[in-house]
Amino acid sequence: MPKFLKEFFNRNGTGMGLAILGLVLFWTIGLIILPQLSMLDFSFRPNLPPPEIGGPKDVYTLENYKYLIYGPEGGSQDYNAVDLRVFFRTLIAAVCVTIFNLIICYPIAYYLGQSKGSHIRIFAIMLIIPYWINEILRAFALRIIFGETGVLNTLFVGLGIFDTPFDFIRNDIALYAGLGYAYILLMIFPIYNVIESLDHNQIEAARDLGAPWWRIHWRVVIPYAKPGISSGCTMVFMLSAGALAAPQILGGPSSLWFTQLIYQQFNDNNDWPQGAAYAIVLLVTCILFVLAVMRLFKVNMGDIGK
Amino acid sequence: MSAGVGVDLENLWIRFGDFVAVRDANVNINGGDFFSFLGPSGCGKTTILRAVSGFLDPSEGRVLIGGKDMLGIGPNKRPTALIFQNLALFPLMKVWENITFSMEIKGASAAQRRKRADELLDMIALPGQGDKLPSELSGGQRQRVAIARALCAEPDVLLLDEPLSALDLKLRQHMRTELREIQQRVGITFIYITHDQGEALTMSDNIAVMRDGVIDQIATGKTIYNDPNTAFAASFVGENNVFRGKIKQVMGTEAMIATNRSGDLVARISTANQGKMKEGDDAMLFIRPEALAIAPDGATGDHYVTARVKHEEFEGNVFNIFTQGDGGKEIKVSIPNHGQSFQDHTGQSITLEYETQNAVLVPAGELAAE
Repeated sequence: MPKFLKEFFNRNGTGMGLAILGLVLFWTIGLIILPQLSMLDFSFRPNLPPPEIGGPKDVYTLENYKYLIYGPEGGSQDYNAVDLRVFFRTLIAAVCVTIFNLIICYPIAYYLGQSKGSHIRIFAIMLIIPYWINEILRAFALRIIFGETGVLNTLFVGLGIFDTPFDFIRNDIALYAGLGYAYILLMIFPIYNVIESLDHNQIEAARDLGAPWWRIHWRVVIPYAKPGISSGCTMVFMLSAGALAAPQILGGPSSLWFTQLIYQQFNDNNDWPQGAAYAIVLLVTCILFVLAVMRLFKVNMGDIGK
Repeated sequence: MSAGVGVDLENLWIRFGDFVAVRDANVNINGGDFFSFLGPSGCGKTTILRAVSGFLDPSEGRVLIGGKDMLGIGPNKRPTALIFQNLALFPLMKVWENITFSMEIKGASAAQRRKRADELLDMIALPGQGDKLPSELSGGQRQRVAIARALCAEPDVLLLDEPLSALDLKLRQHMRTELREIQQRVGITFIYITHDQGEALTMSDNIAVMRDGVIDQIATGKTIYNDPNTAFAASFVGENNVFRGKIKQVMGTEAMIATNRSGDLVARISTANQGKMKEGDDAMLFIRPEALAIAPDGATGDHYVTARVKHEEFEGNVFNIFTQGDGGKEIKVSIPNHGQSFQDHTGQSITLEYETQNAVLVPAGELAAE
């Protein structure tokens, strides 16, 4: 038995230890790994009517993956331009949402982490409470704000800043705002956690040595907060690339999110293998992308857990 | 030495809400001085340091550095560098980057910074350690890196906030000598904050003794030790035996007090209080342990004290005798060890004598907490 397991059983007793271990294994294997493996299996099979499943036609194939790249066989185009464009647009948009979120959340997290007093608690509660409202309602609330006859347009037209209402939804501003807002806490709290433990004397020392505020952040605060920043960015990127409700409700008519394509395959086309292949491509691409960025910024896997 | 830049505090008040942290401080620190603020924790000494470095604005009064009013000048623009109590080295920067952070801000090239870092590392006796991280150094080494980082900024005034308090005793004593040497070599003004009177006495040219936001005395260590202004200064700096009483008679620079237990005692009135103390005033008479000696039995007079010995201890260089003194306080007597035979007096009554000029009289006041 490895040492950590022995210690684990010594600390918790054999009965309790087995129970905890069992639950954790059930959670990771039964609820996460096995369903994903079954999705992986689906993605390599043809979409067959139920009687033919397990029959001679049920063989492993790369058809579903080829479809994303080349489109339907005998189609008019060489590549599946529509789906590929949606795929890359989703990734780029998720990167933008992440950066946008980081820019907004870093100052908030810094303020929360470095100031003292009970108002910080109130501030944190004010950030958390809106998340009691479910995602759909929050998305529709943003529609009310950004709609053609919505709050913002009424205000801007009323003030004479715009002549005609601006279509926030068609221009995807509502979508970005919605995605950004949906994951703000996931960005703020990891950064806040790290910055809270930063010794304020270090900031003062840098200032005393002549550093202007931006350099203090660049050389002292941001390097220290890097684990929190990478943790927050990873979560926001993964979740916005995989978001469904916000794009569905706030997206313009012409701008599909890749998750919507996956949803269509599963639900509208009833083509689970195709949907599974799309979902796997999105998952693997996101993971590889995150790993590459982590390597670029010299972030360790252990830092993400901070 | 006087080429350095002086610091002046003029009628400085600092308040936090209703709390007065510094009360009307007036201090002139000469350029090139090693100046210490000495006082127990919470006396306002760190607050003064923060006002000099620019992290705090005075509620009233002025802070002048080199004769220039510092009001509205931020800490990053003042010719001061601060060494923090916990050093506050940047943990993610290498030692050489830490040291030359102030040059990085001014846009110096990496080669220039590296060269300067090597010079400073030589000066603090850590050659070749520039590529380590602060966490890879020992406490004393980190201490020296913090000094080098502050000196690299070429400040006119170096401010030190109890930088030795985290070190163990041996290292602390070693660093005292080292700090003093560095100060004399670079010739800039050092302002040093400490609650350790040993540090203040060994390193400083001048010391300000502080209590509850008030500066009791500013003088050389020797003067404060021998000629304290107040009961607090007398009891906080060094060990002291106190005798309380009312002034019976003033005789020029000396006075006689009547004590409950030890009879009438005569002492020199401390310089600052001469002419201010009159008959009937409550007074405190202080005699250092080393100023007391054992007198022949039966000797009486106004510079003799009779007391019962509670216990004795041998400290190596001195024999310490503890006797029952006034108000439950012990009287400590230190007899230098010249290799003489020493008789145990425990339980006996002995007579102690002192020379009048070695006993000092100040108005009754608050004593330093033990």
